[in-house]
Amino acid sequence: MPKLTIDGVELEVPAGITVLQACELAGKEIPRFCYHERLSIAGNCRMCLVELEKAPKPIASCAYPVADGMVIRTDSRIVRAARRGVMEFLLINHPLDCPICDQGGECDLQDQAMAYGFDRSRYQENKRAVPDKDFGPLIKTVMTRCIHCTRCVRFLTEVAGVPELGATGRGEQMEITTYVERALTSELSGNIIDLCPVGALTSKPYAFIARPWELTKTDSIDVTDAVGSWIRIDSRGGQVLRILPRVNDAINEEWISDKARFSLDGLTRRRLDRAWLRKQGQLVPATWAEALETVAKRLRATAPERIAAIAGDQTDCETMAAAKDLLARLASPNLDCRQDGARLNAHRRDFYLFNSTIAGIERADAILLIGTNPRFEAAVLNARIRKRWLAGDVAIGLIGEACDLTYAYEHLGTGPATLRALLHGNDPFANRLGSAERPLVVVGQGALARPDGAAVLAAAWTVARQANALRPEWHGFNVLHTAAARVGGLDLGFLPGPGGRDIHGILDGARSGEIELIVSLGADELNPADLGSAYLVHIGTHGGPLAARADVILPGACYTEKSATFVNTEGRVQTTERAVFPPGDAREDWKILRALSEHLGLPLPYDTLDELRARLAQEPRFAAAIGGGCDDLAGPSGDPDLMGEAHFVSPITDYYRTDPIGRASPTMAACAALRAAPSAVAAE
Amino acid sequence: MLADRDRIFTNLYGQADWRLAGARARGDWDGTKALIEKGREWIVEEVKASGLRGRGGAGFPTGLKWSFMPKQVKDRPHYLVINADESEPGTCKDRDILRHEPHKLIEGALLASVAIGAHEAWIYIRGEFHAEYKRLQHAIDEAYEAGLIGKNACGTGYDFDLKVTRGAGAYICGEETALLESLEGKKGMPRLKPPFPAAVGLWGCPTTVNNVESIAVVPEILRRGASWFASIGRPKNTGTKIFCISGHVNRPCNVEEALGIPLRELIERYAGGVRGGWDNLLAVIPGGSSVPMLPKHICETVLMDFDSLREVNSGLGTAGVIVMDRSTDPIRAIARLSRFYKHESCGQCTPCREGTGWLWRVMERMVEGRAEIEEIDVLEEVTREIEGHTICALGDAAAWPVQGLIRHFRPLMEERIRAFKSRKGAVPLAAE
Repeated sequence: MPKLTIDGVELEVPAGITVLQACELAGKEIPRFCYHERLSIAGNCRMCLVELEKAPKPIASCAYPVADGMVIRTDSRIVRAARRGVMEFLLINHPLDCPICDQGGECDLQDQAMAYGFDRSRYQENKRAVPDKDFGPLIKTVMTRCIHCTRCVRFLTEVAGVPELGATGRGEQMEITTYVERALTSELSGNIIDLCPVGALTSKPYAFIARPWELTKTDSIDVTDAVGSWIRIDSRGGQVLRILPRVNDAINEEWISDKARFSLDGLTRRRLDRAWLRKQGQLVPATWAEALETVAKRLRATAPERIAAIAGDQTDCETMAAAKDLLARLASPNLDCRQDGARLNAHRRDFYLFNSTIAGIERADAILLIGTNPRFEAAVLNARIRKRWLAGDVAIGLIGEACDLTYAYEHLGTGPATLRALLHGNDPFANRLGSAERPLVVVGQGALARPDGAAVLAAAWTVARQANALRPEWHGFNVLHTAAARVGGLDLGFLPGPGGRDIHGILDGARSGEIELIVSLGADELNPADLGSAYLVHIGTHGGPLAARADVILPGACYTEKSATFVNTEGRVQTTERAVFPPGDAREDWKILRALSEHLGLPLPYDTLDELRARLAQEPRFAAAIGGGCDDLAGPSGDPDLMGEAHFVSPITDYYRTDPIGRASPTMAACAALRAAPSAVAAE
Repeated sequence: MLADRDRIFTNLYGQADWRLAGARARGDWDGTKALIEKGREWIVEEVKASGLRGRGGAGFPTGLKWSFMPKQVKDRPHYLVINADESEPGTCKDRDILRHEPHKLIEGALLASVAIGAHEAWIYIRGEFHAEYKRLQHAIDEAYEAGLIGKNACGTGYDFDLKVTRGAGAYICGEETALLESLEGKKGMPRLKPPFPAAVGLWGCPTTVNNVESIAVVPEILRRGASWFASIGRPKNTGTKIFCISGHVNRPCNVEEALGIPLRELIERYAGGVRGGWDNLLAVIPGGSSVPMLPKHICETVLMDFDSLREVNSGLGTAGVIVMDRSTDPIRAIARLSRFYKHESCGQCTPCREGTGWLWRVMERMVEGRAEIEEIDVLEEVTREIEGHTICALGDAAAWPVQGLIRHFRPLMEERIRAFKSRKGAVPLAAE
């Protein structure tokens, strides 16, 4: 380990790091604009210059590797002069329009100008003006503010894998642009807003909405997909104003998808903020007491085996636990959390988890994707696969729809036939998997939410087993979920009881009249036409086809409005925190069920969230460790021979609108419209 | 004065045949096989001993640069890249080598490649040099045909390929790492160093980048011996050098002379003297547009070599001697150079991108005198803020001419400002 002296203090640092990192280890603050830990080194802002003894001129610490015996000074006269000079250069052509800039208050340029800059300008010439660019509905540009750090260019090229930004022109005329003006097509594009150290790239929906110091910051979890990215919810008054990523190296590093970041304007639109009852075919407003009494009466009047409950994609564990307990008290065995009809097997936890873990992707050396398009189903996770691909020496195969995943892969086929070939060793990729040290098999919902899903699941397990991916120290079998609620539901056993009906049975029963009452826990993805004439009690957040079909609407809370437990696709148990209160009369969903149980005269045994959490803590699967190996090679039931012939199709057709919040969001609608008809923009 | 027998570029003026036959008659390709057979170490040591310093501007010892290359060729091939992107204003030496002595360059490329273990060399030629490119390509084709390069070059068993690629008109592509980027098909922007090209160069492989003149003198050094080359010039500034004399002289010319020749002798003997006589001299930029100018009193005595010019706060650079007589407005001359650097800045790093434009705009006002006296100090400080803080040397090159102007002509600048004020009164500046 090299030993170096920084500002007179000698310390030992790991080999291969940069001088800037060494200075940070020594507790020295090095100002920087272009350097970012997760991007390649550009070394172009020149803000991080430090003095290296015996070097003729100051060095860019972000790009300089450490060597034994270096003597570094970070606060000498030379260094201070260099920083002041760079700062002055950055500011001469910067508009200094901080009062009307959305970055104000969280601007690196502002902060560092305070710390390292001059207190007045000596620049007597006219400032440069740069035309703004149109990057689509998410990112607002004020290119005159740009300091050409190229973080955005590097992010889109390296992490997002969509090299749509670049710099044209030379010298002062250099501009960051898409060249031919068009919207960015990355699902991770919003991250360049966070990366931009100045106000050149800001959030378009958030423009002129708030100042950072006015916002209440709440640490929470994203539920727009099953990744469970760590987010921070910024709110003011009763409204969520923006969502930013938090750093978690195990899950999302420091990126979030555009859906997680921008669908928040759906939180205030089309909301169900009071109870509704259907009277004479019309939904009319009702009080809570009225609505709950009506539901209770109806439940009492219905035979238990004719009652069913279905959980949705964003239903939290507390709600599912309460609903499961309530149905047990009603003696109804008909419940299911797999509203998409996926043939997931909950017999063992590793049958439905992303067992290798997201961080584990980086250790894999052969990846097989079956019936999944991770770019749309889990954009942040896809960036992890790309990261692995960039590191080199990995074989990636895809069975399913061919699409741009932002990395090169072998398209092995589109359906079960290819999987069968792989199973029998008739596909060369089987050797690639088999010879890999840590093979990784990912099964998507597109391969499972179909009649032969169980067979596909069993086949995928067998492929993993044959590739020796199931070992005590490495579990290479993975299910990639799309719904934040799914793993939690499976963990809790929100599944048919003895003799009960699963989702298919429930819907069949509804059509035939054998199921008379369905409780929907935000199961908004159900098709109302499948529900027959069943009496529908809908605990939901947003207006939509299912709410319109409901006989009773009980208004629930969105993930920003409650402290709720979710389990991500890896099996990681995490909780959201309440940033704002639910609108109007809406209540946290589990409390609705608790109140309903009171009306039924079958009170649930918990009155507070803590008591309910204590009940959840009893669940054995919540306490289980994740990321372990595989000790039992026996696979999920299902006969690979029963696989059909239909191609695998990803369940996500419209990336931006997969949940009620996204569907209510004007921003997501604008993105979806652009993606559906990109040519319309180009022609403008 | 350099004796004729010591001249390397005997066809510098293109009076003789530039083709292979003519080149052979002048001694090129004579005994190349024997030189190669003396081995890699011998070549490097010989060039080191000759004291040859890079002719592209920075004056880094060529042999030392070669010795930085890995001793063994491992998994990555080695490359030699020859920088023929001669764009420095006031410099036109490489051009004459390319069109009149191409075989010196080709032979040098082969020997240098042997010295660094490269089997492939690239010549990156300035895009505007179209005729030179055609000639060079023709000469390379001749050499291939004669078996001098290509498979089994000169019958030594050494395989050597030489390729030419043309630039597209950017000054910055003459910077060695920007040149490599451009050669790789990317935007010509200098790379961060370290790693240096000897470790990570063209396509990530060990690479040496040399100037045309540095390479073209190598065969002659090896043939006549390091001691011969080292005996010419002054200690640490050995050998001959092509000087390009332009501007207000009676006969602008290129001439090969010994390093350390007095500037005055160079101008008077070869360029026919300053227009209107030596006393009409105002200043000289001794090494291409990038180095600070020298006023007449320094020009009287200064010697033309790397170290002598450094002592007077200038530099030999590319040895492009730009002579200015008393009809010149030095402020305007330097303002023109500032505009050049502003235009050629690649825009990658902050001090150069923002600073070169600032310099130019202030310089334009200085030409008129539409400024405050204190702004001369601001201008000086801005050059100091650029100098040494950039990725490549273009920032330094933009700063130095302005520094030279202020150092030697500050009274003139102040006088200009006072004259403007007395003529027009205080005039508000743009930003006010």
